[in-house]
Amino acid sequence: MQEMINIMKNRAIELMNDGTVARVIGWSRGEFVYDMIPTVFNSVEDVEKSFAYSDFCGSNLSKYLIEQGSKEGKTLVFLKPCDTYSFNQLLTEHRIDREKVYVVGIECQGKLNYELLKKAGVKRLVSADVEGDTVTVTDAKGTYTLPAVDVLAERCVNCKSRKHVVYDELIGQSGEVLDSHRFDMVAELEALSPTERFEFWQEQLSKCIRCNACRKVCPACTCEKCVFDNDASGIATKANSDSFEEKMYHIIRAFHVVGRCTDCGECSRVCPENIPLHLLNRKFIKDINELYGEYQAGEEAGSRNPLVSYTTDDCEPDVVYERGGNE
Amino acid sequence: MSVFKKIAIADLDKLFAKTSEKMSIYVPTDNKDGDAVYTEWKDGVKLSDAVNTLRSAKDFFFPQTENLAGFKLVGKTIEMYRTAEEKEDFVLFGVRACDVKSFAILDSVFLADPVDTFYAARREHGIVVALACNDANDTCFCKTFGIDPAEPGADVSAWKNADEMFFKANTDKGAAWLASVSDVLEDAENGEGVVADVKQSINEMMSTLPLSGLTTESFDGKNLLEAFNSPEWKDLSSTCLGCGTCTFYCPTCQCYDIREFDTGNGVKRFRCWDSCMYSDFTKMAAENPRHTQLERFRQRFMHKLVYYPMNNNGVYGCVGCGRCLAKCPISMNIVKVMKTVGKEKA
Ligand code: SF4
Ligand code: SF4
Ligand code: SF4
Ligand code: SF4
Repeated sequence: MQEMINIMKNRAIELMNDGTVARVIGWSRGEFVYDMIPTVFNSVEDVEKSFAYSDFCGSNLSKYLIEQGSKEGKTLVFLKPCDTYSFNQLLTEHRIDREKVYVVGIECQGKLNYELLKKAGVKRLVSADVEGDTVTVTDAKGTYTLPAVDVLAERCVNCKSRKHVVYDELIGQSGEVLDSHRFDMVAELEALSPTERFEFWQEQLSKCIRCNACRKVCPACTCEKCVFDNDASGIATKANSDSFEEKMYHIIRAFHVVGRCTDCGECSRVCPENIPLHLLNRKFIKDINELYGEYQAGEEAGSRNPLVSYTTDDCEPDVVYERGGNE
Repeated sequence: MSVFKKIAIADLDKLFAKTSEKMSIYVPTDNKDGDAVYTEWKDGVKLSDAVNTLRSAKDFFFPQTENLAGFKLVGKTIEMYRTAEEKEDFVLFGVRACDVKSFAILDSVFLADPVDTFYAARREHGIVVALACNDANDTCFCKTFGIDPAEPGADVSAWKNADEMFFKANTDKGAAWLASVSDVLEDAENGEGVVADVKQSINEMMSTLPLSGLTTESFDGKNLLEAFNSPEWKDLSSTCLGCGTCTFYCPTCQCYDIREFDTGNGVKRFRCWDSCMYSDFTKMAAENPRHTQLERFRQRFMHKLVYYPMNNNGVYGCVGCGRCLAKCPISMNIVKVMKTVGKEKA
C-alpha cells in the first residue's frame, strides 16, 4: 500500500509541476486511520503535506468534478474501477467536460467498511489492509486477519467490475468485468410475497432520518434544484412525517436514477441507518436487463439507456401482468 | 438507609416491567443492524451494550416532526385549535452523560422566554435515567467540554458494576420514580464504595481515548472575527456534501422550520427539523443569506464553538458525543475544525 500511495502522490506532484493539471482531487487523513476525507488539493505543498490513501478510501470522487471541473485548468482525479462508470455517466449527461479532467485510474481490491470492522470486534484500530480474501488488522488486541467478505463494503463483496472503463493513465492493474452475485438479494426479495416484500421495505424505510446523504452523494443526482428542496414542486419536504412520505422520497429518488444509476453503491455506503438502497437500484437494473437486454450505465460514455431509446422490440406495459402484477 | 439502590442486571426486565405498569419506558436496544435505538420497552426488549445510541435522545423532547396548530374556517371566522396533546409521564432509560448535557443546551433555547410549551411539556413529563459509560468510543470527547461520563447526572444516575446496576436519584422526579419501583430494587449499603470504584475505572478508561487531549483553546470566545475569517474554512468545507447528516444526528442541533400545510379541509401548522447545511435553510425574509456551502459549513461550527458560548457564559454548543465524527460521509467534523481553525499560526 505504501508503494501505491507514493506513486499516486508523486504523479500528482509531477502533473501539477509540469502544468498538466491545476488541482488534484484525492484524499487526506482525518482523525482516525479509517477516516479518509475526500480532498481538493490546490497546490503541490498541500499534496505534499496531506495527501493520503488507504483501503478506507471508499468515496467516489467523480461527482466533485462537476464543481471542480468548472474551474480554470484541468483537474486530476483518482478513480477506482466502479468510480469510472460514474465518470462516464456524468460525461453522457454533459455534467462534466472530458477535456478538463485528467483521470488516473487506481487499482482496487475492495474497500473496507469501518462499521463492519467495529461490529467484528475491532477496537482502537491501528491499520487494516486488504490482501485478496483476507484483511490484516492491527488494533489494541494485536495483529490478526479477518475474512474480507465480513468487513468489506457490500458493493465490494459483490463487485461488478474491476475494469476501469475510462482513464488517462493507470496506477496498478485494471481488471475484468466480474460475474458477481449482486442480483442475488434482489431475486430473494422478488421471491417473497407482496405483503412480505412490503413489510421488508416498510421496516427498512422507516429507519430513514431524511438526512439526504444518499441523494447528495449520488453521482446521478445532479439536479441543480432537487424537487424535494423546491417549494414550487409541491412535494418539497425536509422530513418524513409518516410512512407515506418515507416511501415517496425513496420511490422518487430510485425512479429518478433508473437507467442512469451505475450501481456505484455510494448511497448505501453513506446511509447512516444502513438502509440497503442498492437493492432498489439493482431491482431496476435487473428489470432493465431482463426486459430490454443487458445494459450497464456508464460502461460507455454517450450510450443511450433503454428508457430513453425506443425500439419496436421494447416490452409493452402489460408486461407487469405477465410478471404477476394485479390486473 | 443508603441513597443507593441496586438491581441485578439479569433482573432489569423486572424494573422495566414495573415501570411500564404506570408509564412508557424507552430503552436503548440493538436493532437488526446491531445499532442501538430507543425502543419502548415490552417483554423481550433488552438493554443494549452499545456505548451510545445511533440517534440522539433529543428526539424525545424535540421530535423531528410535530403538528403545532390547526386552522379551520367556521362561517366567516378562522378558528385556530391546538393539535398537540399534553404528554403523559415517561421514562427515558440509559441516556449517556453527553446526551444528558445536550438537554441543558436545548433547554437554554426552548425554555428561554418565550417558552416553547410543546418542548416544555415533554421535558416536564420525561424522567431521565442516565447511565455512566463503562466504555467509550474512539470518537467520544465529552471531557473536552467538562462533561463527566462517570457522573452522568439527570433525574436518576445509574452505574453498571459487573452484574449489578446501581441507582441514585438527583431530583424529586427521579426519587419519585425510584420509590415507585422500590419493590424490585434492593438497598445498596455498599453503593458509595462500589460506585466510587466504577468512577475511578471510568476515569482511567477515558484518559486512554484518542481524543482525550483535545482542548477548546482556539475557541476562547475572544476571537470571533479571527475564527470567522479563517482561510481554513475553504479547504475544510470544499468536499462537504451539504447533506445534513451531522445536524440530524447531533444532540444539540436545534434548528427547525415551521410551515403550513393545506389538508384540503383546513390548514395544519407543523414544524420539522431543518439544517443550516441546507441551501433552502432559513428563507425567512427572502432567501438563505448563506449562498455557498463554505458559509453554511462555517455556520454550523461557529454556532457550536463561538456564538453559543458567547451568549451562554462560555458553555459550548457541542457535547462531544462523536456522532458527527462517526456519521459524516466525508469524515469531516467538529474535531477536525477545532484542530485546524485558529491553529494557522502554529
Ligand atoms: S442516507 Fe439513509 S437516512 Fe439519509 S435520507 Fe438517505 S436513506 Fe434516509
Ligand atoms: S459536514 Fe459531513 S455530514 Fe455535515 S453536511 Fe457536510 S458532508 Fe454532510
Ligand atoms: S457537534 Fe458532533 S460531537 Fe458535538 S454534539 Fe453534535 S454530533 Fe456530537
Ligand atoms: S461522549 Fe462521553 S458521555 Fe457520551 S457516550 Fe462517549 S464517553 Fe459516554
